[in-house]
Amino acid sequence: MIEFHQVFKRYSGGHEALKGVSFGLPRGEMAFLTGHSGAGKSTLLKLIALMERPTRGQIILDDINISNVKDRQVPYHRRKIGMIFQDHRLLFDRTVYDNVALPLIIAGVSDRDIPKRVRAALDKVDLLTKERQLPIQLSGGEQQRVGIARAVVNKPPLLLADEPTGNLDPELSEDIMNLFAQFNQVGVSVLIASHDLGLIARMKHPVIALKEGRTIRNELAEVDFA
Amino acid sequence: MSNHKVSSKKSSATSYKVSLRDRFRTALKLHKENSIQTLLDILRQPTNSLMTILVLAIALALPSAFYLFMTNAKAVSQSWDGGIKMALYMEDSATEKQAQDLLAQLNLRPEFEQVTFVTKDDALREFKDYSGFGDALDYLDTNPMPYTITLEPTASFSDPKELEALAQELAGLAQVDQAKLDSDWIKKYNSILTISEQIATFVSLMLALGVLLIVGNTIRLAILNRREEIQVIKLVGATDAFIRRPFLYAGFWYGLIAALLAALMVNVVFVLLKQSTSQLAQLYSSEFSLLGLAPSFTLGLLVIGALLGLIGAWVSVRKHLKDINPQ
Repeated sequence: MIEFHQVFKRYSGGHEALKGVSFGLPRGEMAFLTGHSGAGKSTLLKLIALMERPTRGQIILDDINISNVKDRQVPYHRRKIGMIFQDHRLLFDRTVYDNVALPLIIAGVSDRDIPKRVRAALDKVDLLTKERQLPIQLSGGEQQRVGIARAVVNKPPLLLADEPTGNLDPELSEDIMNLFAQFNQVGVSVLIASHDLGLIARMKHPVIALKEGRTIRNELAEVDFA
Repeated sequence: MSNHKVSSKKSSATSYKVSLRDRFRTALKLHKENSIQTLLDILRQPTNSLMTILVLAIALALPSAFYLFMTNAKAVSQSWDGGIKMALYMEDSATEKQAQDLLAQLNLRPEFEQVTFVTKDDALREFKDYSGFGDALDYLDTNPMPYTITLEPTASFSDPKELEALAQELAGLAQVDQAKLDSDWIKKYNSILTISEQIATFVSLMLALGVLLIVGNTIRLAILNRREEIQVIKLVGATDAFIRRPFLYAGFWYGLIAALLAALMVNVVFVLLKQSTSQLAQLYSSEFSLLGLAPSFTLGLLVIGALLGLIGAWVSVRKHLKDINPQ
């Protein structure tokens, strides 16, 4: 699903966030990305979603070299990816339902299908009863689940999550991770950046550990890439 | 969380693609929704938008008022054109007989309503009365005034250019010294009108530019206000067109509402002025009546207002949306 080939990222300020990262996430696989803050986890996810462009190296997503994706095409690229953030990035002036419906409206899904699909997504994250509420009325864990429902509502083949449990207590964190695992079981590829090592260890999925922009542990390394 | 249902059908797990037909339909629906929503937003928050719309309306009302003024000023001068008279001055050597012959000839021509002969004595008396040189003229041995024929063209023959040509023709006749039209002051009036028109055009263009800038700035602030929302929408795959649309509609509505208001303002001023101008016209025993904004002009004003709003928003959106990217 995702391939990184010797990817470097240097920000305009001179900070080198990634120094030659290579790995491959097979289709339908779920993996964790760990490392201290500043190790380059967020940068790596941003490169996949084309929020940043790599300085060097190649990134292949769904058999497409994303260096060739032109700026105009970036929105369509992002529709293949469901993104989840630590701070949820919900629109606080809209109801839960409207937040989840947003990707469908943007993609041009017909009016007829939207309610069905929104409710299906809300059902999966167990928030069906709260569709009329505003995000501010929900708990942190519920807000994160709204974020997940929004990420999966248009059924993207890939989910990226950046510290999805960063603000949650351990029990809720485990619920959220299990939720990702369920999506993975139906064929969605999942890459989760997290520093919750205990939780990651229990999940038994491949791990890539980053330190100062380099992989120090890479359970998805492929021999070909070296 | 055991009751989380996740579809077990592999085929339906990923289906982010949407058919063209659905996309087209949704785009139409979004246009409808965006247009109505932005209009409601503007009308619902009068404090935010009222000042902008007022400024825009004034900027649009001024050129319209200029235009109205110019049309009326031209209409006034046209009503004068009918009153142009011509005077033929005979050469000093011409005899009264020759002058009378010419008079008879001119009487036959269809262009003239009335042809009058003025003797040297009459001319001198008139000149004395009007010039203030009365006593000085008494010292002259001979009457310096020529025989004069005054001509009043018919109403159907009042085009200044045709009259000019006719005057030249008559000036070429034997014994005629010169032919003068009393239209000089109308010419001056008309050239002042032309200059005013040019100034008005220039000022109108400046004001149109002002409208563009005001709408552009209003839209810029709206974009900055919704910065975070735009970032989120971009993250979930919104195209620039999707993000742009509500802002373009907002600009369109600003322009259109302001143009409506401008037309209203000009019409109110028109109604207020109509009374007093008709009184003034009566004093001059003129039939002149103030002309209002033609429906076609009002329509044009609305179109121009809406277009300026749209263009101003477009420029602003182009410039500022690029700078907002998800972090």
